[in-house]
Amino acid sequence: MQFKSRALSSVIEWGSLLLSTGLVCFFLVVVIWEIASKGASVLSWEFLFAVPSEGMTQGGILTPIIGTVVLTLITALFAIPFGVCCAIYLHEYAEDNWLTRTIRASIRNLSGVPSIIYGLFGLALFVQAMEFGTSLLAAGLTLGLLSLPYIITTTEEALMRIPNSTREAALAVGATKFETIKDVVIPSAMSGILTGVVLTLSRAAGETAPILFTGAAFYINGSTGYINQEFMALPYHLYMLSTQHQSIDEVRPIAYGTALVLVIVVFLLNLTAFYIRYKYRKNEV
Amino acid sequence: MKYKSRLSLDLCFKYIFKATGLMVLALLGGILAMLVYNSFSFFLDVKPLDFITGMEWNPTANNPKYGMLPLILSTTLVTFGAMLIAIPLGIGTAAYIADYASPRVKNILKPTIEMLAAIPSVVIGFLGIVVVSPGIANMADLSNGLNALNGAILLAVMALPTIITVAEDAIHAVPKTYKEASYGVGATKWQTLRKVVIPAAAPGIIAAVMLGVGRAIGETMTVLMATGNASIIPSGFFDSVKTMTATIAIEMGEVPYQTTHYYALYALATVLFLMTLIANMLGEYFINRFRKYHAV
Amino acid sequence: MKSKLSAENLSISFGTKQVLKQINVSFQENEITALIGPSGCGKSTLLRSFNRMHDLSPDAKIEGAIKLEDLDLYSKAVPVTEIRKRIGMVFQKANPFPKSIYDNIAYGLRINNLPHDKSVIEKALREAFLWEEVKNDLKMPATRLSGGQQQRLCIARAVALRPEVILMDEPCSALDPVSTLKIEELISHLKTNYTIVIVTHNMQQAQRIADKTVFMYLGEVKEEGPTQQIFQNPHHEMTANYINGQFG
Repeated sequence: MQFKSRALSSVIEWGSLLLSTGLVCFFLVVVIWEIASKGASVLSWEFLFAVPSEGMTQGGILTPIIGTVVLTLITALFAIPFGVCCAIYLHEYAEDNWLTRTIRASIRNLSGVPSIIYGLFGLALFVQAMEFGTSLLAAGLTLGLLSLPYIITTTEEALMRIPNSTREAALAVGATKFETIKDVVIPSAMSGILTGVVLTLSRAAGETAPILFTGAAFYINGSTGYINQEFMALPYHLYMLSTQHQSIDEVRPIAYGTALVLVIVVFLLNLTAFYIRYKYRKNEV
Repeated sequence: MKYKSRLSLDLCFKYIFKATGLMVLALLGGILAMLVYNSFSFFLDVKPLDFITGMEWNPTANNPKYGMLPLILSTTLVTFGAMLIAIPLGIGTAAYIADYASPRVKNILKPTIEMLAAIPSVVIGFLGIVVVSPGIANMADLSNGLNALNGAILLAVMALPTIITVAEDAIHAVPKTYKEASYGVGATKWQTLRKVVIPAAAPGIIAAVMLGVGRAIGETMTVLMATGNASIIPSGFFDSVKTMTATIAIEMGEVPYQTTHYYALYALATVLFLMTLIANMLGEYFINRFRKYHAV
Repeated sequence: MKSKLSAENLSISFGTKQVLKQINVSFQENEITALIGPSGCGKSTLLRSFNRMHDLSPDAKIEGAIKLEDLDLYSKAVPVTEIRKRIGMVFQKANPFPKSIYDNIAYGLRINNLPHDKSVIEKALREAFLWEEVKNDLKMPATRLSGGQQQRLCIARAVALRPEVILMDEPCSALDPVSTLKIEELISHLKTNYTIVIVTHNMQQAQRIADKTVFMYLGEVKEEGPTQQIFQNPHHEMTANYINGQFG
């Protein structure tokens, strides 16, 4: 008797765990299904390569695509060298003292700061104090600051996986510390660093809050992509089409299409990162 | 290259690397300075007590009101709701992945969670408008479903990957010997999980929840799009709410720079910063406690 | 014969832990000297101090002197990269650069501003008994070589710089017996041109290749002398116990 109730309850218990896991997977399925099924009919080469027209009720999303590409490039150009150098300092040079501990605590802290606060900081620093105005440059740098802690953390993890004997090999043939890092440590850690960089950029490309007040525009007519001007970006475009546009029902298909493109971009970047990681692990064995 | 120039290059880069490290300090310092300076400017115009205990947020009225209570309560309500959903689901999923799933299932589930984490918040917010809102409106017979419940559901989805990943690490790190001891006295897998594994992993699980809370409090786009943004003191989950992040996002785009209203938004940001800081620091504290405990 | 490399009153500590105590030892030109002793006796620490690898640990404290002929290795006037060029090192685990076989040899030559054309690379690979095996795959990543080949590549990399001394830190401990014999043969061959100091755990290996043997225990040199004498007629009881396998 007791065995039977035990068996029954174990099924219920096991089922509850399975149910929660299933629900989590269900969320992802809903997101992908809803976006893919309703966005696919809008998706076409014309949609990708035409500029918005007729008050954005017609045409495509070329302008926001260009904006997001240039924006992510600026983010990368700023955050990658900066973040990698900082990780090199922390892992290869810094001694364990109060300064290093403070820097590490700051990085952990910065990665928890809400993205909207980065937006405020970008507004105060780049738009106002440095007088870049609301522009691609200001927004790209803001996203760069936001990405910095992630790039530092992932790069440092990649450096940690390089055994000391690799460094000693270079030192033993007479290389300086900088030569060792440049010629041996960074090339060895490259795939790990790249994985982190790609994941971080995929996150930056989907961010909306930090670009709200630093340069994203409702609508840009004509040529775009100049770093001193305002820009359209995919996530902001989606936000705006779904909440701010005067004829929301009319632009809904375009909103679905934009969401689908955004999700595809982010997933492709993530797949790239998985691929780099996978190849690297295979080579390691 | 001559030895001397190699050496000076070596030295030069040593300082460049160090400078980038110091710039990170400057970045956090800059954010703090910005928050403190602008909050201070705000408190020259408005009494701190009015800000903290004020029941009304209406900066554009003829007699502007800067009471942040409705906003804080909104953020708290939505975050609380999100955690009611995300904590059981997150821990259940983490336990399933760590303790029950076969390696093959694990290899599918882990990328699934990472994919969920990768979806931009604005897309989740969009789904709040097109899927969750009509759903709530139908079920509760409301004119629309843009309310605290909607925000809570979306934030739960946003916080779940963080909670699952950290909690799974914690459950996974519980030494095998604990479980074997429990099985050895005849306990079932479930009893072992509940009475041995979860308590042993508790600090790690609390950390997971705190990090999830930090994520939810600071999240902007989903709540901005899905909660209706009415700045009243909410009385329940079916009320429309305006969180702190949404308030900053909406109003910063409209205010003239260097006005009281502008400074007020920075003061709000300072409170937001402190709330996420506390959540994240608690998370870190519990993670460290967990590590120390299991390092022995 | 004159002393090529010597340590005088050398003491090394890391933080509060003293690892070497008042070491006095010297190595003769064109000889192989084996450093033996139980784990933790400080033989690797001693070896690594000869090309200033301890510069990497900020808490290392070094007293006394190390001399390459008459040159004080720890004097400020001598650039550390110059020392490492003149005193090469081969490590316990083969650690080729993540580069091609060719570049593994060329790298050290290039940064030290030495000629690095193909004839130099070939000569180094020949000296390390590796040329015949890799001459058609010089562009292949070095990580694809077998463990024994990688270790010989590391020896070629050290030899290419024409050092005066080569330090070897248990170079065969990660290798199978066949590769080990091949490397031992190589080491014996190299002594005509280089002074070699080798740390080993393997008593047979020390007897097979070393001219002199130094026995260390708890950070001190207990006994040194010709290898035959150390193994057949040790003066110190502790040495006898160690080589008979009573502890280690």
